[in-house]
Amino acid sequence: MTFTLSIILLFLAAALLLYVLLGGADFGGGILELVLGQKRRHDLRQVIDTAMAPVWEANHVWLILAVVIVFMGFPPLYTIITVHLHLPLLAVLLGIVVRGSAFTFRHYDTLDQRFSAVYSRLFTYSSLWTSFFLGVTAGALVLGRIAPEANDFVTLYINPWCNLFCVAMGLFTCSLFTFLAAAYLVGETNEEELRLLFRQKAMAANAVVILLGVVVFTVAEFSGYPLISSFFRSPISIACIIGATILWFPFWYCMLHNKSILLTRLLGASIVGAVMAGWFAAQYPEAVRITAQTGAGRSIQFIDVAAPTETLRALMLALLFGSAVIFPALGYLFSIFKKAKTSLPDNLGVHD
Amino acid sequence: MTDIIAARLQMALSLGFHIIFASIGIAMPFLMASAHFLALKKRDATYLTLTKAWSKGVAIFFAVGAVSGTLLSFELGLLWPKFMEHAGPIIGMPFSWEGAAFFLEAIALGIFLYGWNRVSPRIHWGSGVVVGLSGVASGAFVICANAWMNSPAGFDWNNGQPINIDPWAAMFNEASGIQGLHMIVAAFEAVGFAVAGLHALLWLRHRHDIHLKALRLAFVMGAIAALVQPLVGDFAAKSVARRQPAKLAAMEALFETQRRAPLLIGGIPNEETATVSFAIEIPAMLSFLSYGDFNAEVKGLNDIPHDEWPPVTIVHIAFQIMVGLGTVLAALGAFGLFAMKWRPKWFMDPRFMKTLILATPLGFIALETGWVVTEVGRQPWIIYGIMRTSEALTPRPGIVYNLLLYMVMYLVLTFVVGLLLWRQTRLLHRNLRLGGS
Repeated sequence: MTFTLSIILLFLAAALLLYVLLGGADFGGGILELVLGQKRRHDLRQVIDTAMAPVWEANHVWLILAVVIVFMGFPPLYTIITVHLHLPLLAVLLGIVVRGSAFTFRHYDTLDQRFSAVYSRLFTYSSLWTSFFLGVTAGALVLGRIAPEANDFVTLYINPWCNLFCVAMGLFTCSLFTFLAAAYLVGETNEEELRLLFRQKAMAANAVVILLGVVVFTVAEFSGYPLISSFFRSPISIACIIGATILWFPFWYCMLHNKSILLTRLLGASIVGAVMAGWFAAQYPEAVRITAQTGAGRSIQFIDVAAPTETLRALMLALLFGSAVIFPALGYLFSIFKKAKTSLPDNLGVHD
Repeated sequence: MTDIIAARLQMALSLGFHIIFASIGIAMPFLMASAHFLALKKRDATYLTLTKAWSKGVAIFFAVGAVSGTLLSFELGLLWPKFMEHAGPIIGMPFSWEGAAFFLEAIALGIFLYGWNRVSPRIHWGSGVVVGLSGVASGAFVICANAWMNSPAGFDWNNGQPINIDPWAAMFNEASGIQGLHMIVAAFEAVGFAVAGLHALLWLRHRHDIHLKALRLAFVMGAIAALVQPLVGDFAAKSVARRQPAKLAAMEALFETQRRAPLLIGGIPNEETATVSFAIEIPAMLSFLSYGDFNAEVKGLNDIPHDEWPPVTIVHIAFQIMVGLGTVLAALGAFGLFAMKWRPKWFMDPRFMKTLILATPLGFIALETGWVVTEVGRQPWIIYGIMRTSEALTPRPGIVYNLLLYMVMYLVLTFVVGLLLWRQTRLLHRNLRLGGS
């Protein structure tokens, strides 16, 4: 494994992670709006709107970055994904289009309220739909039912993703995104009642995440995907799981006692980040698992599908140079729109 | 409908849709920043209102452009996996740069749209300019990748596999510069005239000063671009003549290789009989335009194997429309700029305003037909001379259903965006009335 390839894989992992932590939270906002009662929906909508609007375009570029890295750095992998996971990807893309448009339309089309209800409905349902199919696609990548040498439509294009494990992954993803959204949103409102609501939702979502996590692991074992053993094979994965568990206690303490909002956010993001990182480490160096003609599982490693050295070097340069521009700019964006509210606990009394 | 036709139609539809939003993303931020500049410099409330109104338009178009662009980043692979697999290592680099530029654009737009009173006016104005600059940059990068399909470079083709890959040579291929320039100027031209036309309509209807200010800014931008474009287009055509003789022959419907080749204006080509009817012929002009020499030999379709012919009729007619509309807009631009400077009454004349309204879609029609020339003119190749479009197609059957789905989606989106714009102008006038100005 060359140095260049390692750097590129780190960027890929970072892009996916940030897409989950930032873009995922945006999806979760929509799901939260959907599951919350009619009564509070209007307040919630305004909080979500104010919180998301300035940063949400940027949050979703991480997916494009990941796609570009795979396409340029690992072209055969990109081809396998787009050919065999065509249908779930199509579902994701439809969801992204509907959701992105509906959110923007709702934000700007303020002439009257008639249209807002329609936009809201589209936005919330497509948030759930897209999250689900993102999870399904991720599950299909690791499960190993992709069978490039098969001959019939169902084995080629349906079976890889239409199974219990992928459904479990889809639901898990929805719960994970909702958890992130609720954990972040606590800091986006001054209203004590709403805050309490977000805290409750975050804790409830957290419980669901753990429950569905157990389901995912269990179903994986029954589906012939040794998720548990691959986690325990890698020391980094073990460290990540231990880290996530340790962080979980202060997170719940902060949640229960209404402590520092910035800390709560960081802890919530770190827990999810640790779980994701652990999963990546368990997966490494495998890029995708497929089923060979014999029916046996075969893993395709990143190094097998990597582009030639010249290309990887150019990609690394682009990534390093790009991040030198993007990260400071992104930091500035977040500092403008996310700084003010993190210090809110001190002023709470004033607003009440 | 065969899968290949369905896939090509879907690609045409998606790119044709996205290019409108991408063009607006390239040119509109500069209009917005100009209005903002005047608002800050002259402390003019009308320009400030205009900046805000335009910024909403930018936000709506940016959002729809962003999702349709995300769609495209997958769609290339969903429809043409073999192309992406081979092209990825060679031409992935401009896409990665485009990703970075787009990221910067999204960040700067966030700061501009929501940064009122949060950042200093200077930084705020600067963020608007950054939106435009990164829009231009991402446009230029994507065109590099498209130019490479027309002018493949930076690799050797060995038994169906690329070797000796040089991503830099691929990115800066012979067509990149001129094709990128042609497109970016086209974006300013199309957006300039579309915005000018829209505000001419609103001016005639509401007679509010804001529309006149908007109209002038947009018109100047569009007119300058329209006057530069014929020059750029001439360079582009010369580049095509050098690199892609089949495309040039189809554009000009030149069936026979000849010296003193004539330029055809209009006309309907017949591929069966290799003739063109109803065309105006200017002797030797094509030789001159292509090579700067009336006696130069121009390659005709008879010297190109029949299975490598692009669809001549479509390419020729699309090219005629593009050039025709470009000429109309250049004339309109020249007249308008003259009138603005020396005959203000002519500029304000309702007849001129109505002409501008009629010209609203012309720039975009020229832009779309220009892309038809580029893309259909490259057929049957997806990578010119290297890989045929049919070889790149996905093995998955039933593409026609995807096509239907996309058609419905784009129709709905187009309708809603149109509706939204109309409602935005109503909102603007309601606010103007409430503001008492």
